[in-house]
Formats: sequence, C-alpha cells, structure tokens
Amino acid sequence: MSAVIRGTGSSLPESKLTNADLERMVDTSDEWIVVRTGIHERRILKAGEATSDLAARAGRGALEMAALDPDEIDVIVVATTTPDMHTPSTANLVQRKLNIKRPIASFDLNAACSGFVYGLEVTNALLVSGRYKRALLVGAEAMTRFVDYQDRQVSILFGDGAGALVLEADEGHGDVLAITLKADPSVGDLISIPGGAAALPASPYMLTQRQQYLRMDGRQVFKLAVQALEQVTHDTLKDVGWPIEEVDHFVLHQANRRILKAVAERLGIPDEKLPTNLARTGNTAAASIPILLDECQRAARFRPGDQILCATFGAGMTWAACALRWSLELPPPVSV
Amino acid sequence: MEALTQRVNAIIKDQLGVEQANLVPEANLLDDLGADSLDVVELVMALEEEFGVEVPDEDVETMRTINDIVQYMGSRVDSAQ
Ligand SMILES: CC(C)(COP(=O)(O)OP(=O)(O)OC[C@H]1O[C@@H](n2cnc3c(N)ncnc32)[C@H](O)[C@@H]1OP(=O)(O)O)[C@@H](O)C(=O)NCCC(=O)NCCS
Repeated sequence: MSAVIRGTGSSLPESKLTNADLERMVDTSDEWIVVRTGIHERRILKAGEATSDLAARAGRGALEMAALDPDEIDVIVVATTTPDMHTPSTANLVQRKLNIKRPIASFDLNAACSGFVYGLEVTNALLVSGRYKRALLVGAEAMTRFVDYQDRQVSILFGDGAGALVLEADEGHGDVLAITLKADPSVGDLISIPGGAAALPASPYMLTQRQQYLRMDGRQVFKLAVQALEQVTHDTLKDVGWPIEEVDHFVLHQANRRILKAVAERLGIPDEKLPTNLARTGNTAAASIPILLDECQRAARFRPGDQILCATFGAGMTWAACALRWSLELPPPVSV
Repeated sequence: MEALTQRVNAIIKDQLGVEQANLVPEANLLDDLGADSLDVVELVMALEEEFGVEVPDEDVETMRTINDIVQYMGSRVDSAQ
C-alpha cells in the first residue's frame, strides 16, 4: 500500500500587511526588509477568524480538486504551531467546519515550520497501514496572532495562511518516496513562544513580560537553517537515489529569500527550479510548503512525473525533507 | 600569515563578490566592501567551514576589517593546533 496525492488547496486571508504598514508600527524600512528577507507583504487574519477557518478553506479546495465529498475523508491531520485554542484541536474544528457527519479521526501535530513534512510522514504511514483510505493533511497557521508588533526582527517575517493535500491509499508505488525528519532541542531556545501554556500559564505578569509572543535569535536561526536545509536535502536525495540534477522543483520553506539564496548556491539549484511566493506571503510556518505546492499545481508549473524535493526547518529546532513524484494531472486551461 | 591571508581573501571574494583590488587589510566589511549584516553571517559560516572552528557571536562583533578576520583566524587556528 502507498499514498497518492489527489488534490491540493490553499487559503490566504484577504488583508495584507505591507512593509509600508510595518514602517508605521516599528522602526524599520521597506528597503531594509526587502534586502534582508525578500518579503514585500504578508496576509493577516481578520478579527473573528482563526487558524481552523483558513485550514477548512484550504481543505475544501483540495477536496474539490480531488472531486471528493468531505464525508469521504477518514482522517484529518492539521500541522500547526498556532492552533485556535489548546483544545479542541484545530483538526477537530476543521472536521466540524467541513460538516463531516461521521465521527472520523482528527488531530493536530506540532513540529513548528517543519510540521507539514512531519505530518506527511504520519499521514503516509496511516494510509500505508491500510487502516485509512483517504486523508486530509493541512498545514495552517495564524502566526500574526503570536507576533509582537513591537519587535522589529520578528514582525517583518510572519504571515497567516493554510495549505492542504488530499491523499489516498493506492496499490501502486505512491507519490511519497522518501522522508527525513530531524530535531535538535539543544538549540530549542532560538525560537520559542514561551508563555500562555503549562510552563508559564497566562497571567497579568506574563503579559507584561510579553511572553505570549514569539521570540527569536534571527542570526543563529539563519545559520542553522542554511546548514540544515543543505544537509537534509542531501540525505533525502541519497535515500531516494536521485542525483541533484534530476530534481525538477525544490519547494523549500519560505522563510527568507536570503536563506533560499544561500541554500541554492550551496546546492547549485538554478532559479527556475526554485519556486517562491515569499514576497507575497511572508513566512507562514507549517503552511508554507503546502501553499506553495498548491500554487505551483494551479499555475501548471508541476507536470505529472515531476520529481519534487521539499525541505524545511523551524522552531524546535526541527528540520525535515521529503521526495515526491508528482502524479496530479495539469489543471484544465483557464479561459480568459 | 601570507597563506592565511590568501585563504581569508579567497572566501571574502567569493562570499561578497568583490574585486581583488579591494581586498586590502584595512577594508571594512560593511563600509568598504558593501556587506550587510546577513552577508557577515554567511561569511562567518564560510570561514567556520574553511577553518573548522566555531565563531561565537561576541567574536563576530570584533571582526570589522579584513585584517581583523585574518588576525582572529590566525589566533584560532594556532590555538587549535
Ligand atoms: C530576522 C533577520 C532578517 C534579521 O537580520 P539580521 O541581519 O540577522 O539582523 P540583526 O539582528 O543582526 O540586526 C542587524 C542590524 O539591523 C537592525 N535591524 C534588525 N531588524 C531590523 C528591522 N526590521 N528594520 C531595520 N533594522 C533592523 C539591528 O538593530 C541591527 O542594527 P545594529 O547593527 O545597528 O544594531 C534574519 O536574522 C533572519 O531572517 N533570520 C532567520 C529567521 C527565520 O527564518 N526565522 C523563522 C524560522 S521558521
């Protein structure tokens, strides 16, 4: 048994947070942000909406592409660092928002920005086990709810969004050919959201210390990210037996253009094999890779048979990669 | 020292894409060679890989010119032997 990707979907909130907006909030400039990150704008959730709203929309898009009814899904896995609430899980809320009538399995998984690839390993294993037939895997984040808009290092980077895949068990070789998952918590302090959970419960004092927000050592993260992405790409390609030239697309976590550039230089990846949407989305953490997969699929950038390497890194520190053989057909041509 | 200077210069040239003529000992990374803070991070990574040492952040602060880097790497490589 193996897993085949039947559909992709994504959802970005309508509201934009531009560099010009940030110039009014913190001491920064459009030029500084663009040169250091390549980001021009990010999307930001409107009041009253949360992670599960984006996740359900992305899920619907993937289900439509797969021509499946929500009730045909057996399990929902949501990779998120920024759930709606501690409980119920975001996946439970997505199940409700998709109006799924059967009491199927649904749960969240947290591996920060690496969550989508971790989730793919889990979802793939569930389908390969033969115990589940169809799965909805979503990476969804409301990062801006955890950004301190007094912190100019963090506030320029993150945005909200969700991306989804529908996967189905299949008798063939499947689309998921290799996965590598890694974590090194000895450097876990480099990115954290320390407050608001069991270690440091919500309290007036915690709030005055602004511990409910994401903290980051950007420089160290930058270094580790470049090294981790290079290494995990090598490891995964070795596993699957593809020489690097045989990869058609490198779908890397969209965190910072300078990281993408450094990794591409080290690995010798030409620009045309490195799709990017970072300029419009910012860093959407676990949603980053599935949003980009969906955008590439809908833009007819992927062809059936294409060999795709996804690699990511994030808080934890975690990092991960997967090798996919794309089997989705090209989208029907759009009439203008 | 000569060989060390050449190794350091080669890395700076490669990382920052500067002309050989600009690789003078007193050249300041940010002001003369046009590096920004992330170029410095990448440059330090390349130096770490070339010389097999780890450069803590505090030490990076002291490396402003090519000569600073040569001196620093000299001391690190000597003490490692
Ligand atoms: C965040 C990041 C862009 C900061 O860039 P950096 O070069 O490391 O920035 P530094 O903190 O070293 O600051 C360099 C200078 O720019 C200033 N600066 C920092 N942020 C700034 C901003 N938004 N606007 C203007 N200036 C800024 C600093 O104060 C510092 O000035 P100084 O030297 O006069 O003190 C970069 O470190 C990064 O992207 N790291 C990776 C983070 C990441 O991907 N995280 C997500 C993981 S999933």
